[in-house]
Amino acid sequence: MDELFGIPLPLLLGQLLLGLINGAFYAMLSLGLAVIFGLLNVINFTHGAQFMMGAFAAWMLLNWFGINYWFSLILVPIIIGFTGIVLEKLMISRLYKLDHLYGLLLTFGIGLVIEGVFRNEFGSSGLPYRIPPELSGAWDLGFMFMPVYRGWVVVFAAFVCLATWLVIEKTSLGANLRAATENPALVQAFGINVPRMVTLTYGAGVALAALGGVLAAPIYSVNPQMGTNLIIVVFAVVVIGGMGSILGSIITGFGLGIVEGLTKVFWPEASATVIFVIMIIVLLARPAGLFGRTA
Amino acid sequence: MASDTTAPGGIAATPVPADDGTIWGFSRPQRVALVVMLVFLVVAPFSGLYPVFLMKLLCFGLFACAFNLLIGYVGLLSFGHAAYFGMGGYIAGHTAKVMGFSPEIAILLGGASAAVLGAAFGWVAIRRQGIYFAMITLALSQLVYFVCVQAPFTGGEDGIQAIPRGKLFGMFDLSSDLTMYWLVAAVFLIGFLLVHRIVHSPFGMVMKAIKENEPRATSLGYRTDDYKLLAFILSAGLAGVAGATKSLVFGIATLTDVHWSMSGEVVLMTLVGGLGTVFGPLVGAAVIVTMQNYLAEWGAWVTVIQGVIFVACVLAFRRGIVGEIGALLRVKL
Repeated sequence: MDELFGIPLPLLLGQLLLGLINGAFYAMLSLGLAVIFGLLNVINFTHGAQFMMGAFAAWMLLNWFGINYWFSLILVPIIIGFTGIVLEKLMISRLYKLDHLYGLLLTFGIGLVIEGVFRNEFGSSGLPYRIPPELSGAWDLGFMFMPVYRGWVVVFAAFVCLATWLVIEKTSLGANLRAATENPALVQAFGINVPRMVTLTYGAGVALAALGGVLAAPIYSVNPQMGTNLIIVVFAVVVIGGMGSILGSIITGFGLGIVEGLTKVFWPEASATVIFVIMIIVLLARPAGLFGRTA
Repeated sequence: MASDTTAPGGIAATPVPADDGTIWGFSRPQRVALVVMLVFLVVAPFSGLYPVFLMKLLCFGLFACAFNLLIGYVGLLSFGHAAYFGMGGYIAGHTAKVMGFSPEIAILLGGASAAVLGAAFGWVAIRRQGIYFAMITLALSQLVYFVCVQAPFTGGEDGIQAIPRGKLFGMFDLSSDLTMYWLVAAVFLIGFLLVHRIVHSPFGMVMKAIKENEPRATSLGYRTDDYKLLAFILSAGLAGVAGATKSLVFGIATLTDVHWSMSGEVVLMTLVGGLGTVFGPLVGAAVIVTMQNYLAEWGAWVTVIQGVIFVACVLAFRRGIVGEIGALLRVKL
């Protein structure tokens, strides 16, 4: 059994794995967007730039300070998450009383600034980031070779997504968060500092994007445009899944990654557009999204 | 955007009655501004300003007017207007170069095909509102971008090059920049007046009602989705006309015009000029195009500056240039 539907099995499984990896990034980024949107009512257009900053921060830590991948995995989300907190305090928090679209425009502008600065500093061509020695090499699974790092990304991203889901759905902190999403005034009346919670939530969402960036650094080349191209697809993922459910955005993210990977095997020309086409179909059939609640 | 414009001293707080000394829907201060604009259009090519620069400015001015029709009067933020602008350019370029159509037909076909695309996308996008609407239109325009990368008639990375300007109505040779300028100025003026006419028609009144309070418009018996869709189609069509004209002016149609950053630029132009103002889009387009021209050699810093202007406008300057001037003079421009 080395062929399926006339496609060599290793090719099929290879693309499936690539799809899973893309899906892992879709899931992590849409999760961050959903968490931020839930509490701030802002679609964080800077998300892609923050993902890119995560990858660059890992690169800088390694090349300028000699700090390796494993420490970056912890340090980078903290550093970039902190920049997110500053951003929320200084700028985004001023817009909560206005139409939500201003939040979108503001974060879009900030994204442009960040991307432009990095393009000036590092150029448009990518920088290489070496796979950490512990995760280099490949496993021979008998029917295909599986690069260890790629397996790691899928497993680790799935773990992070599930951990986020657990925190939001099963802890008292998460319960406060969900309550504040439903009715911030009432939660504040119970003595919970909602503005601080909003700030920290934004920081956490940004940290999630930055963590995605660190994971992506050894797979994709580290370049200033890596986030923006991804984030538009993630927007479509968010529309397909609907932002109502955390688990929903995780499933949608991984699922669409797999669909995209399979499309690459069966109809390569359509692989760049398949997610957008699925978005159109979902909007026609279920305007609220697969897991969304009708507003 | 209602919550912003009704802020103290805001423009929307002082409604101007439609039959109060207006001619063609233009109030007295607007007529003064209109005369200034017309004089500028006539004098500009003789003032030493480079005609191609002026034509670029007017094409983007029309593009921004088309975009403003949606955001300023229906309250819909489309983040994918590059799709219609770029598609208009491609269709006009293709019909003018490969099929040998005359320029006026090429421009009309560019606008018509953008309107058809807008009808299809608008039909999908109006199912969601607010932020979702923005994300959906952005995703749909990215779909158009990827199709344009692969489709045979767009020329992929090379785009369509050496598009002939041809002869207008088979009589006027447009290869002279000045003759071309008059065509572009006429196209801009027709588009500008059309937008104004739409806004001041009974249809436009319903558009504004939807922007202010959609549930109420629904309860009054208006099928708001139909109105939103028609406004979307008109806006997309005009954006297509602007893109078609631009491709004839420069003789090229490329992926730049369908890229998401172009969608961002038209948002920026309208925001800088003033959302929902009559003259704002043109002023905003003039500011951004001039800036891009003078800072062209700065490379990626232009992106940074545009981002900073975005942030500054959203945080401190939400009425835009024309909106601020209007507020200062207590008139609606």
